[in-house]
Amino acid sequence: MRAATTIKHRFTKEKFHRFIFGTREKQGVGRQTVVYLLLICIGFVYLYPVLYMFSTSFMNRDDLLDSSVKWLPSTLYLQNYIDAAKSMDLFTNFCKGVLIAGLPTLCNVLICMCIGYGFARYNFKGKKLCMGLLIFSYILPSQVTMIPTYVLYNNTGILGTLWAFVLPALLGNGLNAPIFILIFYQFFKQVPKVLMEAAAIDGAGHFKAFVRIAVPSAAPAIITVVLFSFVWYWNESYLTEMYVQGLSTKSVWTNLVIQLKNFDSAFQTKASVGDTATSLNESVRMAATSLTVLPLLIMYFALQRYFIESIDRTGITGE
Amino acid sequence: MSMKNKQPKTKVKLGKLEKREARAGYFFIAPWLLGVVLFLLYPLAQSFYYMWFNIRITPLGTKFNFVGTGNFTQIWLENPEFPQQLVTYIWQTIVEVPIIVVFALIIAIMLNGKIKMRGFFRLIFFLPVIIVSGPVMNMLVSEGAASIPALNVQSVVSAFDTFLPRSVAESVGEMFSNMIMVLWYSGVQILIFLSALQKVDPSLYEAAKIDGGSNWECFWKITLPTIKPMIMLNAVYSVIFLSGNEQNELINMIEAAMFSGTKEKGYGYASAMAWMYAIVITLIVGLFFLLLGSKKDVYDRQVKKAQRAQKKERRLQKKIQRRGKRNARNIESKLKSNKYRTHESSDNY
Repeated sequence: MRAATTIKHRFTKEKFHRFIFGTREKQGVGRQTVVYLLLICIGFVYLYPVLYMFSTSFMNRDDLLDSSVKWLPSTLYLQNYIDAAKSMDLFTNFCKGVLIAGLPTLCNVLICMCIGYGFARYNFKGKKLCMGLLIFSYILPSQVTMIPTYVLYNNTGILGTLWAFVLPALLGNGLNAPIFILIFYQFFKQVPKVLMEAAAIDGAGHFKAFVRIAVPSAAPAIITVVLFSFVWYWNESYLTEMYVQGLSTKSVWTNLVIQLKNFDSAFQTKASVGDTATSLNESVRMAATSLTVLPLLIMYFALQRYFIESIDRTGITGE
Repeated sequence: MSMKNKQPKTKVKLGKLEKREARAGYFFIAPWLLGVVLFLLYPLAQSFYYMWFNIRITPLGTKFNFVGTGNFTQIWLENPEFPQQLVTYIWQTIVEVPIIVVFALIIAIMLNGKIKMRGFFRLIFFLPVIIVSGPVMNMLVSEGAASIPALNVQSVVSAFDTFLPRSVAESVGEMFSNMIMVLWYSGVQILIFLSALQKVDPSLYEAAKIDGGSNWECFWKITLPTIKPMIMLNAVYSVIFLSGNEQNELINMIEAAMFSGTKEKGYGYASAMAWMYAIVITLIVGLFFLLLGSKKDVYDRQVKKAQRAQKKERRLQKKIQRRGKRNARNIESKLKSNKYRTHESSDNY
């Protein structure tokens, strides 16, 4: 009798409610389970294309046709990768891709840093106008300026060379440069002005103050910009195909993404010669896709900390 | 007293030091200025010029043939695909952007709680940003990897079909069949929201809790207003991203028109397309600006209103004073010339 009442006392309705929904101080178990469940479900949906890509890329023809094989291939079949790599000319195009993405990134970082510093540190006439122009250049789709730019490149002879990407980056108009300039702008605004004044008193000129004081303190912003710029240049196929490869001239400059775009026809010509062991099927295409994505994925997992903390550290969201 | 409220701003001439500083600023942004002229303003003007012409490239050189609005009539009347795609694009963007933003916000709020393995989840949700590129997406979409496995697309489309016009339902249906791709576009937005959420002052929540506010109320009254600028930022970012994305048919169409060999197409035709496209994008961005732009809060607005009323009153007073003085002067001068005949020792006129 007494035991029953204590048990009843122990498991009251409020306690149960508190256990499930939590109190103000502590999250309840029920609520937490729901959050975790949702996150895991959405996370799976998010990863679904990538998982599908990898699992399909290892399947041989029998696995593809066999409806009982859904996720795990019956054997580890690597021929898809070998064929895809052959067809895409993996190594040379990978190196070219690194060059195409790397050089403009370098220019982007250096120049955007200068410009961001100029905007953040100095007050000059027409600064507001310039900032407006910066935002405008971001909102404006590149298609509007694409045609005359193409003509310009064509006339100056830099179409189909790496200069078509490097030159705009050198002049602060590279891919997504407005974002990077704004990131540096935000960052340099947080550098205390006192520091600059102290440097000036110690005899540092404008440039020296920039190089010696502003740049070393901007390491997080630099990392962010390098990573994003590289990734965006790497993934840009539209403009790369237009300017660096030259749509009509077809120079030697291509990268993996463009190769993937033209994968089907390239593979079929190879297959018709008998260079490949398989015919074009979805596992070969998925293998090609994963080969394209793989360098970035490796980079992402190696540098994940910098990627994820990047946005925190740029101070876009304000302090 | 009210007169001294606000002193008129006097323009101070810049000193020598400030002038030199400003010059250094120009020095730092000089490359960008040059770049803007070379890669933004000049091409912009040029393509504005191009769109009134029919341009053909012949072995003898480029031939410009003035057609006036010919390119536009050509696009709208004889190329049914472009207007159609434009409408589809508008609908898709208007539907997709709120989905992306709301989804990002929900994920960010979930990740903002006390959660173990937050880093792991952030890693997953940011992953698409790294690998999303036109051809990769095309590959995944064409293999059917982009639709949520459990979602029955057909039923969704038919449900929309019943109450929406045909073209809208189609574009919405297309979006649902590539739902994962839409969700994939929200990687950057999630991180922006997350970092904004973490900067909301916790003492605000504490104060609200003491006053008896529930979590729900806290979200609407504290979280949302605080991160409102970020919502707009994310919406604009999403619009821009969707517009430059290679999944977008329109930009491929512009490219195709640019290098098309047919008589009426070419650079001029493509320029006209691109300009229309740019105007549409600007309008959509403007729309989100209007919807989400930061309106000043009630207090600010009332202060502004009061200030305006004060200013008006002051101006009125001044006017009355001036008029009084003028009248007095007039009367005095007329009195001197004896034009007024008044009663002696009377002040009433």
